[in-house]
Amino acid sequence: MTNKQNLIVIGNGMVGHKFLESLVELEQAQNYNITVLCEEPRPAYDRVYLSSYFSGKTADDLSLVSEGFFEANNIDLKLNCKAQSIDRTAKSVTTESGETLSYDKLILATGSFPFVPPVPGHERDNCLVYRTIEDLEAITAGAKNSKVGVVVGGGLLGLEAAKALKDLGLETHVVEFAPRLMAVQVDEAGGALLKTKIEELGVRVHTNKNTQNITDGDTCQHKMEFADGESLETDLILFSAGIRPQDAIARECQLELGPRGGIQINNHCQTSDENIYAIGECALWGGMIYGLVAPGYNMAKVAAQHLSQCGDATFEGADMSTKLKLMGVDVASIGDCHARTEGALSYAYTDEVNQVYKKIVVSADKKLLLGAVMIGDAEDYGNLLQMALNNIELPASPEALILPSLDGAAKPVLGPDALPDTAQICSCYDVSKGAICCSVQDGAQTIGDVKAITKAGTGCGGCTALVTQVMNNELTKLGVEVNTDICEHFAYTRQDLYNIIRIEGIKSFAELINKHGKGHGCEICKPAVGSMLASCWNEYVLDDKHIGLQDTNDIFLGNMQKDGTYSVVPRVPGGEITPEGLIVIGQIAKDYGLYTKITGGQRIDLFGAQLHQLPDIWRRLVDAGFETGHAYGKSLRTVKSCVGSTWCRYGVDDSVGLAIELENRYKGLRSPHKIKFAVSGCTRECAEAQSKDVGVIATENGWNLYVCGNGGMKPRHTDLLAQGLDKETLIKYIDRFLMFYVKTADRLQRTSVWMDNLEGGLDYLKQVVLEDSLGMAEELETQMAAVVGTYQCEWKTTIESPEKLKRFSHFINADQPDDNVQFVKERGQIRPANENERINKDNLIAIS
Amino acid sequence: MSNFIDVCALDDINLDTGVCALVNNEQVAIFRPAASGTLFAINNYDPIGKANVLSRGLISDVKGHLTVASPLYKQHYRLDNGECLEDENVRVTTYQTKVENNRVLVAV
Repeated sequence: MTNKQNLIVIGNGMVGHKFLESLVELEQAQNYNITVLCEEPRPAYDRVYLSSYFSGKTADDLSLVSEGFFEANNIDLKLNCKAQSIDRTAKSVTTESGETLSYDKLILATGSFPFVPPVPGHERDNCLVYRTIEDLEAITAGAKNSKVGVVVGGGLLGLEAAKALKDLGLETHVVEFAPRLMAVQVDEAGGALLKTKIEELGVRVHTNKNTQNITDGDTCQHKMEFADGESLETDLILFSAGIRPQDAIARECQLELGPRGGIQINNHCQTSDENIYAIGECALWGGMIYGLVAPGYNMAKVAAQHLSQCGDATFEGADMSTKLKLMGVDVASIGDCHARTEGALSYAYTDEVNQVYKKIVVSADKKLLLGAVMIGDAEDYGNLLQMALNNIELPASPEALILPSLDGAAKPVLGPDALPDTAQICSCYDVSKGAICCSVQDGAQTIGDVKAITKAGTGCGGCTALVTQVMNNELTKLGVEVNTDICEHFAYTRQDLYNIIRIEGIKSFAELINKHGKGHGCEICKPAVGSMLASCWNEYVLDDKHIGLQDTNDIFLGNMQKDGTYSVVPRVPGGEITPEGLIVIGQIAKDYGLYTKITGGQRIDLFGAQLHQLPDIWRRLVDAGFETGHAYGKSLRTVKSCVGSTWCRYGVDDSVGLAIELENRYKGLRSPHKIKFAVSGCTRECAEAQSKDVGVIATENGWNLYVCGNGGMKPRHTDLLAQGLDKETLIKYIDRFLMFYVKTADRLQRTSVWMDNLEGGLDYLKQVVLEDSLGMAEELETQMAAVVGTYQCEWKTTIESPEKLKRFSHFINADQPDDNVQFVKERGQIRPANENERINKDNLIAIS
Repeated sequence: MSNFIDVCALDDINLDTGVCALVNNEQVAIFRPAASGTLFAINNYDPIGKANVLSRGLISDVKGHLTVASPLYKQHYRLDNGECLEDENVRVTTYQTKVENNRVLVAV
């Protein structure tokens, strides 16, 4: 213990925390007593996704700290504890509260602060910045009494902030000093198109505006006066005019700084004092402050390795290329996008109709790609970035890289083979081509597998297409033929078969296997085809031509239990049930001696029903107004709800009413796997909607729609698909979402895995569902309308058909029940007898 | 010599499904695969799932063998000889069947 050294880390932002994570992975971390001084009231959180705070994420959601991290690693975390000064001679740090701590090694991860131009009036009320969660809270509070909001600064963060103001319902303006938006990353033509697109989204953009003074407004709280004599009135001003390194503490102890600030570091991230390191946005390397998270993470790793003398990583600058979606507009910038390299040549392509702009900058000999700008369509980003980073020789006509392909001619896409193993494919998680190839060699066969193993593509998702190419290339190399055939009888995927059934209008399994398959079908393809036929044509599942396709659960419209008996689950839409309904269910359970249990989906499950009892039980349920709950089917199960605004003091909207409506709309829809919904009446989220395939949460601004979550073996939270919807739009989006899932998912693939395997993931899904990028929204809605319009309660149809009821008897030639079914009593109800009880006839209950 | 017993009408068994009959106190699962002109009969007891359920399984063509997939844990039992494809040590009894005048007969 005594020979441990003291390590102090100042700052627990994204980079400071990454340093801790990198360090504790190393054995040498044991040599240090680690103390972290954090000025903010909470430990590290994700500042990159800060704007998601306005679309429903909480501070907890944004946290980057895994549970028990500090405790498990014996790190002393001091929150609300600002480091005031450093005494390099005494090797100690003094905090604002006066405590002095000595160090052997010191890490400065103090980050940056937003630059507020010293315009007179910049300190007025409601003049805010956008960096911390506290800032966001102030913005939310300020927006409540505001109608108009202005963001000063049209850079990347400024546009993010503008989106936040827009989401808060303000009339939003962006005021930029430069002649164009995103002046650093985008050239003039690109900036102009970006401005057009952003204005179309309802944000006013004012470029070439130099704010001179902020004073009292006439119609709003403030008036901004510009150098050109014009003015703009606003209630809230958000400064986002760039960042400055937080280097005051370093300046005061006379560490070497850059002429315009920033703590000078070497390739090991050491400052001019070898015992002090600086990482992230407070550090200056090669005259550059790196305002992106990836280079900061890299510095964190380098510092951790150097400090513990393990590994020889060095920081040698970083690529500042970026690709992002700003208010739904794709923007990408690579390398020297302004063609400042000597002799550089440019190719540009503008499509005013579709509002796309692309430019590439190449070397004088046209051999190398130096930079690129893309607005409106950034699909080529991954490809171009790899060409630029790896100095890959360009094709003879480089312009083909950005021109749309005509006559179906393929674009010259970089084959994954051309990339070195060290090529970084995913910059968010620093995953190299080599790491992806390794995961494939270790058995990954789908993009979902690769994501799970390497994390590649799970950050911004911009590299997913490239990750897929690398994976497929490696699979081919390994000679792995990825067989996506559904089974030995059909050389097609489920998606292929679904399209064949739709397009050719195929109505039966026999027709499908005769035309497109071989053999006689099996327990894999038959139920899958049965499900697809039902999704497409919605015929009665026990129709003679479909009955042989159904799993036993579907044939007997119940869930088979371990002893061959079935469970009975009547539908209870939204979990709302009358006392009369409860009494009917209770009386039936009593009369047939069934075991009853409340399910997780807010309904009642009756166990132990034998085949011959099912029709009688269901006749009584149907007579009382109940319908089948489809608990047995790969179909909509339940729409769970909280009590909602009708009764709850906190309810914002009627979650029960909506849940009932949704459950009645989608009941009976056959799908690749079961589907679960939930609706919460406010953001307290008592219905746990964020763990369902489809979750809906009421907010003051309308319904928020979440998708692709599930519980089970691998729980997954939902992602926000759309927000602030009225009911009509909500239902339209759910129609499209579900039908697209039914159309394109694999057999037994839940929505979460399905989305993970969609190239482009959530963004792609948003484009398809919200923006109708595939032009199939109307078709999907029509198909859903057909399913909704042809709904029938399968149990009602069955009990009305004497022919069908013949099957509901254990023996075709005798009335007696199966003598192997035996029950004993437990906690006042029946349960299946175990083998011993059966043999010894211990306490068996007489069976009717 | 086998003794055929009349159990039901052929039409009582939907094409491509099975039923269970009680024959001399034994539970017999009788299948009518669409793929074959004949009926098959095996014991209804699933020795792995330990329940009388095989008649309620899906008829499944596995590499040219007609089988039934147990509705409990999906093991395949060959309809012609009762063999379990997943475990060669497991086998269920098979029975002879025939159809006369649209009636189904089983010999136990």
